[in-house]
Amino acid sequence: MLHALLIINKAGGLIYNRDFTDGLAKLTTNEYLVMAGTFHGVHAITSRISPVPGSSGMEVLETDTFKIFCFQTLTGVKFLLITDPSQPNADATTRKVYELYADYVMKNPFYNPEMPIRIELFDSNVQKLVRQTNATG
Amino acid sequence: MSQSATRASSHGRRPPILERNLVKGRTNEVSLPAFAFLFCEMLSYATKKSSGIQDMEKKLSDFGYRVGIRFLELIVFRDRIGRRDTRLLNVLSFIHSTVWKTLFGKPADALEKGTDNEDEYMISDNEPNVTKFIAVPKDMSQLSCGAFIGGIVEAVLDGSGFPAKVSAHATASDQFPLRTTILMKFDKSVLLREKSFEPR
Repeated sequence: MLHALLIINKAGGLIYNRDFTDGLAKLTTNEYLVMAGTFHGVHAITSRISPVPGSSGMEVLETDTFKIFCFQTLTGVKFLLITDPSQPNADATTRKVYELYADYVMKNPFYNPEMPIRIELFDSNVQKLVRQTNATG
Repeated sequence: MSQSATRASSHGRRPPILERNLVKGRTNEVSLPAFAFLFCEMLSYATKKSSGIQDMEKKLSDFGYRVGIRFLELIVFRDRIGRRDTRLLNVLSFIHSTVWKTLFGKPADALEKGTDNEDEYMISDNEPNVTKFIAVPKDMSQLSCGAFIGGIVEAVLDGSGFPAKVSAHATASDQFPLRTTILMKFDKSVLLREKSFEPR
């Protein structure tokens, strides 16, 4: 099960968030913003404290009840996927979301880079992807 | 040295566009993302340079006109061996199938005659490649990015000797949110000529 998707821009600002599962405790928008900023910082720290130079930041955060998958693009945009602990292939799903982002956000002339994403086509395609993933997974 | 070597090898594989055979051009497809980014910039330019939505559609249609008028030349050479259509319906089906196939890789989805007026015809595309990635924001909901395709159609009609007023409309349905209809309103002279073809 995919629970939520967050997209964080290279400055640590939250530019997109969606919950997909009903009946779970919800965060307020403000809490989401704080969480995005915090994650951005933690991600930067994890990439620095690695004993091996040139390491990427945190990729998975695992707990008893959920997992957070993080995929950072070359340009510094982070895709965060909050899932069930048993979710297979979440990594591949973040790549697919990246693809949708590249198609429907970056190729949209009405989108201002680094700003919150309010694009219907992106929304509907993300929904479709989540439905597919949740049906098979 | 390595640079010139790679250039030579890529040159061997694919000659520059001006040296390619015009006729053998049908497999020369352009990457859709590359075009999407170009179109994105064209739209941004049109937004910056225009005062309102109508002005913007006019600009897009002008861009399309410049494509269409050159494209007609090429496609007539390639597919029609220089033959020119004289009847209205032939020209319309030429646009609906040949032009669309060459431009977008598929025929248009519908070709209809206007119900209210004799001189109106419509071509619809359920998911135009040109606007595939574009979601028009709510405050500009009247804008139809298909104006670019409209411009191409207008140029093809003009170039074939069928002057018409062409406009593009977003006719979204639940099934096809990007459906675009190109409305062609033909000049009086076209219809008069068409009548004179009919057997008396």
